[in-house]
Amino acid sequence: METATALAATKNTFDIAAIRKDFPILTREVKGYPLVYFDNAATTQKPQVVIDTLVHYYSHYNANVHRGIHSLAEEATAAFEATRDTVRAFINAASREEILYTKGTTEGINLVAYTWGRAHLKENDEVIVSGMEHHSNIVPWQIVCEEKKAKLRVIPVNDKGELLMEEFEKLLSDRTRLVAVNQVSNAMGTINPIKDIIKLAHDRGALVLVDGAQSTLHLDIDVQEMDCDFFVFSSHKVFGPTGMGILYGKKHLLNEMPVFNGGGEMIKEVTFEKTTYNELPYKFEAGTPNIADAIALKPALDYIEKLGKENIRQHEDRLLEHGTRKLREIEGLRIIGDNDHKVSVISFVIEGVHPQDIGILLDNKGIAVRTGHHCVEPLMTRFCIPGTIRASFAVYNTLEEIDIMAEALIRAVKILR
Amino acid sequence: MTITPTIEQTEAEIIEEFSLFDSWDDKYEYIIDLGKKLAPLPEEFKKDENKVKGCQSTVWLVANYVNGKVVYRAESDAIIVKGLISMLIRVLSGHTPDEILQAKMDFINKIGMTSHLAQTRSNGLLAMVKQMKNYALAFKAMDN
Repeated sequence: METATALAATKNTFDIAAIRKDFPILTREVKGYPLVYFDNAATTQKPQVVIDTLVHYYSHYNANVHRGIHSLAEEATAAFEATRDTVRAFINAASREEILYTKGTTEGINLVAYTWGRAHLKENDEVIVSGMEHHSNIVPWQIVCEEKKAKLRVIPVNDKGELLMEEFEKLLSDRTRLVAVNQVSNAMGTINPIKDIIKLAHDRGALVLVDGAQSTLHLDIDVQEMDCDFFVFSSHKVFGPTGMGILYGKKHLLNEMPVFNGGGEMIKEVTFEKTTYNELPYKFEAGTPNIADAIALKPALDYIEKLGKENIRQHEDRLLEHGTRKLREIEGLRIIGDNDHKVSVISFVIEGVHPQDIGILLDNKGIAVRTGHHCVEPLMTRFCIPGTIRASFAVYNTLEEIDIMAEALIRAVKILR
Repeated sequence: MTITPTIEQTEAEIIEEFSLFDSWDDKYEYIIDLGKKLAPLPEEFKKDENKVKGCQSTVWLVANYVNGKVVYRAESDAIIVKGLISMLIRVLSGHTPDEILQAKMDFINKIGMTSHLAQTRSNGLLAMVKQMKNYALAFKAMDN
């Protein structure tokens, strides 16, 4: 099942050509051109080993987990639970009980909002989010705040697309119960000073939920060192399958939280008078889980570990540096979130042309970028723009692909103006 | 006085024009050119009630009923969408509500727009057609 991995490369010279071979989709053509995939912040492509794992599961040991006595069920359960150990190590959680399977980042945030939020928020309590949050880290808090008559406060963003930390300090008060922020902005790539945020929040007795959807692939994640209370991310943004995600929570918090969904798997004993709930993490995993995709998250994380996060980061930084330089050469182009602490995402607008037109013309050259508000409408309003063009790079992208995009951009602008 | 071609005739004309292009580059350049040539909509019409939902870009659509014919005017902040609207106006504007309501608008499919434009965008195009037909329906109801 092992595919030709890029590990033929030595640690220092990173063999991108070999890495690209691990991702079968990268050989396809779009509109008659080789695919240039720059929409990695939306979802990453999958290495062959992840695809093979899915096929292997369904072809060889498809069974329901945790219940059956038969061999297939045992194999499926072992593989399903192996992912939990891998995830624990990947984000350095203290124990496997702290790793809950979800459908994705959005469900993880909703789970905390509906269980912890409903149990703990009271009238006039405050939840703080940032001005660069994805809608999925705004709307669940709005819903629970409205229900509990609590208030939602927002950390403002400066012109460079960074959080105003002094304003954050002013927002913190004895009424603050929870701070929910992303570690990396999906729209701009800004890396937020998450450890400072957590320290300041904890000093005021507030909990912190970190949205790691955009950071987990790019940064070293150590939830114990970070000291966050909750951490959420999605499998599909770290080379894994869609429909699978992780919610990490500190054990004592998860233990005292009320359950989310009721059903099978999450119970210990059921009578019509009273039901007792299962132990962590199963207390929060009602019903038959997403077995195949959970199993296939493991090879995705293993793949990242084999490449080495430091190596990945170095290559991505090269892409970011080259991309930023090439794009700055284009007349009238303005980078949104132009700061020094970024992952490999470049969000930009071009004077006199609409992002959608650029997106269509780039697609016509086989180049996939994201255009629009990126589910961050408040941030777009902050910058007075309808949306941006976002090129987000992953480890399998090349400097040559960036040159192709830059040329296509110049041509598109010429036609459009 | 010139005779207004039927909706089907205009659709056929557009299909014919598009058949001359070898590449999508040329098709897009043509659509962009149509967008640039579309008469701008006066600012007073660019208000929320004239907005058509369904696209990443904003579209404003206005309709007038003149001597039993529907006359459309529209604009968008994105130029390719503007070019597409320009084609819709060319096909539907100046016809009776009944003619507009019966129009199949096959040309969108036949010039390859549905397959070439991503779903979100052609949804925008379909949302626009729907809105144009809604106006026709409203004018027809007024007559009755």
